[in-house]
Amino acid sequence: MKPISRNAKRIDAAMPWLAFLVLLLVWQAASSMIKNSSLTLPAPSAVAHALVQFYPAILSNAWRTLVTSLLGFAIAVVSGVVIGLLLGISVRLYKGLYPLLVAFNAVPKVALMPVLVLWFGIGPVPATILAFSLAVFPIIVNVATGLASIDPEMEDVMRSLGASRFEIIWKIGIPSMTPFLFASFKISITLAFVGSVLSETVAANSGIGFLMQEASSRFNVALVFAGLFVIAAMAVLAYALCVVIERKVSHGGSRDI
Amino acid sequence: MRESVKREKDLARPVVAQPHVDLRDISLIYGQGESRTAAIEGLNLQVQPGEFVAVVGPSGSGKSTLMKLVTGLVLPDKGEAFYEGQRITGPVKHVGMAFQNSTLLPWRSTLSNVMLPFEIVKPHKHRFRSNKAEYIEKAQALLKTVGLAEFAHKHPHQLSGGMKQRANVCRALVHEPKLLMLDEPFGALDAFTREELWGITQALWMEQQFSAILVTHDLREAVFLADRVIVLSSRPGRVILEERVNFPRPRDPSTIYTPEFGEIVKHLRNKIMEVRQ
Repeated sequence: MKPISRNAKRIDAAMPWLAFLVLLLVWQAASSMIKNSSLTLPAPSAVAHALVQFYPAILSNAWRTLVTSLLGFAIAVVSGVVIGLLLGISVRLYKGLYPLLVAFNAVPKVALMPVLVLWFGIGPVPATILAFSLAVFPIIVNVATGLASIDPEMEDVMRSLGASRFEIIWKIGIPSMTPFLFASFKISITLAFVGSVLSETVAANSGIGFLMQEASSRFNVALVFAGLFVIAAMAVLAYALCVVIERKVSHGGSRDI
Repeated sequence: MRESVKREKDLARPVVAQPHVDLRDISLIYGQGESRTAAIEGLNLQVQPGEFVAVVGPSGSGKSTLMKLVTGLVLPDKGEAFYEGQRITGPVKHVGMAFQNSTLLPWRSTLSNVMLPFEIVKPHKHRFRSNKAEYIEKAQALLKTVGLAEFAHKHPHQLSGGMKQRANVCRALVHEPKLLMLDEPFGALDAFTREELWGITQALWMEQQFSAILVTHDLREAVFLADRVIVLSSRPGRVILEERVNFPRPRDPSTIYTPEFGEIVKHLRNKIMEVRQ
């Protein structure tokens, strides 16, 4: 590989911002060409204005969505790791549960909403559950796959040392699974946001999804877009945080086994 | 000097000594139904305590299967396998194993990788926490003999292929097993590194006096290291030739280029070419 100059590195770092800027420019131009753009595609400047104008409402609702999503994500991590470990350890359990899990994952989660509302009413509970239900699957799959990725020769080495199944899982399986686990976090966290916002738009009286639904019914389209922007920003930040954690935790040559 | 002591012991051994590993008329079938194939059929092999045996043969002759049979990772469909006179019914414990792929754990340092057996093998595992310093010292000493002392705290991805393989051999031997199984351990290395590792392996074997079974494609490697070379037929694998190698120990790498050495290699090669047809 060619050595990378400092300048080139700086350009690389600036690229996401540049892309964002281009998007804003295109958006602004498109919106200026549309008639009645304030009702269909408000200009970024109008969205920015809405962000400032409705700042207190946005903040409190964004906080609600953030808490709901993170709570759903946290439950998904704990239960996903437990289920993934069980599936990874017991082949029989894996065979029994996997089709069920696939079926569960294939169900459009929004179809769960009527049931959840029936059970838990309107509010943050169904939103948390929906966030969890979307976020848990990638974690289960990655943990189970990570455990299954134990090198068979390493397993032979361990068995001929007299290691028990538990020792093999503990000393080899879990450490080799962790990079997979942290890789699944970034997928799951964004899905958790999808779940909570989805639920908020259908059945809630707080949260960014609720705010957007309300704004839409009042034809305050700029506020709808402001809501979208806030969700996107939160998801990107959470994703970035997961990437940082992944880098911190994953070991040097994890692909070097 | 150690060498001469060892050989004297050999002479003193009763003629009917119990073999360390004893495979009797072993057959092993892979697959089910239509795709059933015999990997090994009617195989007999005895390894004496402290003996270094190399197994060669065309690919698909069940060499790696043989490794699994000896260590009890696979049980035979027919025949009987014994380890130290005990019938093998499950994984034989405390055996050291090293494969072509070094299988070092990437999240552990070289030292910590080498110490893995202490965490698993009884009685070490129960003493490990309280006597850690002693075990570190043991592992360090072993790393030093293979020239890896300075790399003890490096991680596997910071080591070259040859270094990884040396660490791998250390891990296989650190708990002083009575049997070392080597499955093409030097196959992926360049010729010079390979010769160097042959020397290291020979030195460790002479010092620790374990029995060893080496599976390899490399006939020179087999003849250089082994007391006895076994040639397997193509599938299903059977022993078709046993060749004693009587060069004095320690063998110097220059032995490889003597005509006597070349004769043995040629003889083995011809036999393998014959059965490949």
